[in-house]
Amino acid sequence: MANYSTNEFKGGLKIMIDGEPCTILENEMVKPGKGQAFNRVKIRKLISGKVLEKTFKSGDSVEGADVMETDLAYLYTDGEFWHFMNNDTFEQIAADEKALGDNVKWLVENDVCTITLWNGNPIAVTPPNFVELEITDTDPGLKGDTAGTGGKPATLTTGAVVRVPLFVQIGEVIKVDTRTGEYVSRVK
Amino acid sequence: MNEVKWAPSAQIETLKQRAAVLASIRSFFAERDVYEVETPSLSQASVTDVHLATFSTQFVGPSYAQGLPLYLQTSPEFAMKRLLAAGSGAIYQISKAFRNEESGRHHNPEFTMLEWYRPGFDEHLLMDEIDALMQCILSCDKAQRISYQAAFQQYLSIDPLTIELESLKAVCAEYGYKDIADEETTIDPLLQLLFCMEIEPQIGQDIPCFVYHFPASQAALAKLNEQDKRVAGRFELYYKGMELANGFNELTDAEEQSKRFDEDNLQRQQMNLPTVDKDMRFLAALDQGLPNCAGVALGIDRLVMLATDKREIKEVIAFDIERA
Repeated sequence: MANYSTNEFKGGLKIMIDGEPCTILENEMVKPGKGQAFNRVKIRKLISGKVLEKTFKSGDSVEGADVMETDLAYLYTDGEFWHFMNNDTFEQIAADEKALGDNVKWLVENDVCTITLWNGNPIAVTPPNFVELEITDTDPGLKGDTAGTGGKPATLTTGAVVRVPLFVQIGEVIKVDTRTGEYVSRVK
Repeated sequence: MNEVKWAPSAQIETLKQRAAVLASIRSFFAERDVYEVETPSLSQASVTDVHLATFSTQFVGPSYAQGLPLYLQTSPEFAMKRLLAAGSGAIYQISKAFRNEESGRHHNPEFTMLEWYRPGFDEHLLMDEIDALMQCILSCDKAQRISYQAAFQQYLSIDPLTIELESLKAVCAEYGYKDIADEETTIDPLLQLLFCMEIEPQIGQDIPCFVYHFPASQAALAKLNEQDKRVAGRFELYYKGMELANGFNELTDAEEQSKRFDEDNLQRQQMNLPTVDKDMRFLAALDQGLPNCAGVALGIDRLVMLATDKREIKEVIAFDIERA
């Protein structure tokens, strides 16, 4: 990979920090009127997901990370790997548990997810912002409260647990925001 | 055509407030018998400061068919000191300054600077006057003053005037700057790093704060302190996370000034930067005799940011570099 100088830093640039691929979230130049300039950057480590600040001397360069994102449809899991396919080329990629992390609970067959590849290997899977999943279990006894004062927990087909309004019942399909894990609406 | 960013980066209302700040500055100096001057933006000489990058161009025309190299001024300092040497008395200037490689939330490569000189003042008297100007423009309280040494002792528990390079590197590593510290061979960039990142965010938050007696190694164009040669008559002003001004009890010794330019150029060579010819007109003026004086440069854009409560420099200038 190419090296990037601090002048090339901008949001979204992928660089290597401590042997891990990272994406730059924010970049700020800090320079005294008289004296050395620095770049203070906020980065997200792409494997651990950790966000941290790092300071560089302006003019220094950093190794770029060979990171790309690709949109692939989720096919199935064999228990060890989760398989995704490019709907245009039919090329398939298998991601492991580590790449999936918590997002495994939002995988819906045929939904298009964003797969982050580092040196060609999947390191992260981002589900669509909204997914639709069926409720397999929730307390059926509570009815009548349509406003939803605090709701109740509901288990979805993937095992995810979401708080839903009291009127929502087993067997119904709901729309969930995967970024917050919050119930959005019923799907009719 | 809709994609073209033609509109100003500042709101019209902000530009009106900016005009009011400029008018207040001019009346402040009129009341004090300091008069306004203008010096060239384009100069045949540039600065040796290793941390300043200049823009250059050339004049082609009568007498200069082959082209005359010219530099956009990083500050009007040298020209104003030539006026002082010629007997101008107290003067100020509101001018554009140009610095390459600088752009960001607090930087635009072309910016507006207020620079003024007070014959007969030392740095403390000048700080008093800056304080008065700040209170006049920002309606803030009287500024606090702390020495560079005391600031490091108070916030980082180290003495910047005596610390050895290795101990300083260890302190930098403690604050998460190991990668930078490992590469450094001199004290000053590391002191500047700790100052910018760890001290600056803590000072001048509620009231403006002057930091004075910068180390002799960062004297720039200031006289060394007569009582303690480890420090210089250089100060800076900070308020709400921004460096607003840099001032000096001005160095008047031409020989010493020339030596500092040579040292800059030596450092430039070590850093693989091009060397810069010394400004001989400026040195000749010092040789002729610069009166004892103090001078300061204050960033007007940043001052307007504070006066109008804006977060980014582009919000107080009509067209930032992206729209210029």
